[in-house]
Amino acid sequence: MAIIPSPVDLAPLRRAPAWRTAEYICWLLPVAAYFLFPTSLSLLSQMAITGLFALSLDLILGYAGIVSLGHVAFFGVGAYAAGLLAKYGYGDPLLGLAIAGTVAAAVGYLSSFLVLRGSDLTRLMVTLGVAMMLFEAANKLTEFTGGVDGLQGVDMKPVLGLFRFDLYGKTAYWYSVAVLFVFFWLARRIVHSPFGLSLRGIKQNVIRMPAIGAPVHARLAAVYTLGAAYAGVAGALLTQTTQFVSLDVLSFPRSAAVMLMLVLGGTGSLYGALIGTLVFMTAHHFLSNLNPQYWQFWLGAVLVLVVLFARDGIMGIAQTVIKRVRGKA
Amino acid sequence: MRQLKSSIAAAALAFFAAAGAQAADLKIGLILPMTGPFASHGKQITNGIKLYLAQNGDTIAGRKVQLIIKDDAPGTSGDVSKRNAQELVIQDKVDILAGFSLTPEAFAVAPIATEAKKPMVVMNAATSSITTKSDYIVRTSMTLPQTTAPIASWAAKNKIKTVYTIVADYGPGYDAEGQFKKTFTAAGGQIAGEVRVPVNSNDFSPYLQKVKDTKPDAVFLFVPNGPMGIAFMKGFQERGLAQAGIKLIATGDLIDEDVIDAIGDPALGVINSFHYSEAHKSPENKAFTEAYYKAYPNDRPNFMAVAAYDGMRLIAEALKKTGGDADAEKFIAAARGLKWMSPRGPVEIDPATRDIVQTVYIRKVEKVGGKLQNIEFDQVPEFKDPGKQ
Repeated sequence: MAIIPSPVDLAPLRRAPAWRTAEYICWLLPVAAYFLFPTSLSLLSQMAITGLFALSLDLILGYAGIVSLGHVAFFGVGAYAAGLLAKYGYGDPLLGLAIAGTVAAAVGYLSSFLVLRGSDLTRLMVTLGVAMMLFEAANKLTEFTGGVDGLQGVDMKPVLGLFRFDLYGKTAYWYSVAVLFVFFWLARRIVHSPFGLSLRGIKQNVIRMPAIGAPVHARLAAVYTLGAAYAGVAGALLTQTTQFVSLDVLSFPRSAAVMLMLVLGGTGSLYGALIGTLVFMTAHHFLSNLNPQYWQFWLGAVLVLVVLFARDGIMGIAQTVIKRVRGKA
Repeated sequence: MRQLKSSIAAAALAFFAAAGAQAADLKIGLILPMTGPFASHGKQITNGIKLYLAQNGDTIAGRKVQLIIKDDAPGTSGDVSKRNAQELVIQDKVDILAGFSLTPEAFAVAPIATEAKKPMVVMNAATSSITTKSDYIVRTSMTLPQTTAPIASWAAKNKIKTVYTIVADYGPGYDAEGQFKKTFTAAGGQIAGEVRVPVNSNDFSPYLQKVKDTKPDAVFLFVPNGPMGIAFMKGFQERGLAQAGIKLIATGDLIDEDVIDAIGDPALGVINSFHYSEAHKSPENKAFTEAYYKAYPNDRPNFMAVAAYDGMRLIAEALKKTGGDADAEKFIAAARGLKWMSPRGPVEIDPATRDIVQTVYIRKVEKVGGKLQNIEFDQVPEFKDPGKQ
């Protein structure tokens, strides 16, 4: 599509596709973490998986401005798709990811017709409704999903036929980080493409976009489907690395938590999703170990402070600081 | 956590001095919902474990017990439970995994127990098949069919010919419904009607009216304990089903000591089957409840606390037999066939299934000294889990 004429300064966006030093360093962290925290690999892999999930929400919320409280629906669909595939003998992890992503994308595409009809409040309700329907369906189809007891017998084959999922979580860790990186790289290309720019345009001024020839509805449906596929892949990763699917993968608290992580990190910047996840899950981990009964109080306090003093999340603070430093220099 | 550690440390000190040189600490990793909707489970279970240690000293076979609690709230997400188990095994190097209040927790952790070769003591989760998921699992609580079948056979024997079943629309509800129908019809009873109500619905009036019109001898109810059961019993009373001669029968988790006070008087007269009542008459239970109230004056001891108390006892007895060795094979071999007198009555670990064999009592809710209690009046002794037959 053609370049969108815009009064907004697009220079940073044009510059963005080249990887910056800070980004290289950022992606060296998972490698360092492997050697620094060899006994926490299962937590670290779940951070990577949740990071991918937050990234998927960032695509639709941060870039396209579609508010969703039911994003967990696609995570759950992916998780169950991967789980059922493995249970019935198709335990190859990469095949599972591909199919789970496709199935979640299909569900995302179909539900996009419902979701994109209304305004923000309607969207909140519809996304929540879709997730609740799927939750109840999974709850009801006990023979198929295991219901509240969870899906068992998820038997995964080694990754690429070489690396078995081990007790220490080494394979699970590298596998999750690799998948996260690939999908992050892809998301980075997408959001800086003309398609990504048109999404930002829609978010900024939805009435003006049709006037410059951007098909708003089709664009939103496309990104919603993409976000669903990403969430499905994240769900599949969780299933594959834990070899168990609980009904909880479709529950509202998981939707709410991922929203919190994204807001904490900062919406509309891919790294915000990852940083938010990292900070949220680290805080959760330490606080709940420190005090198994009342840790939620401290987590709540941290979140309130962030909303009060750092409206654009951690990325927002970081950008302000960088600007100030550069301004002085 | 800190409180727990200091109280254990204080109790240990006296023991320590006498025992002299010590072997390595015995680390027990507990996976429990300590926050969220099932926080009361975590509380009762830790209460039970700590009570046992406070009474019997926290050194078992020369090894000092160290408890490490991991909150996996809400308890229904297997991934969190599994991660906690991995951390307990890899980081904390625990000897034994224990706790497990809800079925998904136990299912998710079972493969870890197998792979890491750690004994896994299930202290509440009640789905029958749990013990088949790893050779290293042993259970001290109950199974759902185990507590459901006796009320069905009792009903059939006691002039209840037709029963209307009402269960919550979820996995354990189906299990309870299935087991009840199986046992009750095999004994010659008839199912007058059946309905599954959505979990967390609080308005039972349409169902209750239908039941009233059908005029069965009794209603069998299974819903998760908490607000649903409370709402049902209140509706049952308000609509006058009891006056119409319809009895209410249930499994005891519906009106255990944790919720019975919240239900209040509508609970009076409910007949139910269960393996533990605070009002159970035995010297063991008297000692247990007195110690419990002394340690936790604001809580009432319930079946979860007893199962955890017994779970800790099982760990202690098995380790005494192995000389403190917590190797999974040796531990499970020692646990098979263990018998002891629990506050609930005599119990045994089935040597074949590693599941608990216990007396299931038929009880009726009555007021004793101003307090609602489940009063036992009939029993099925040495009852094995019928779900595995």
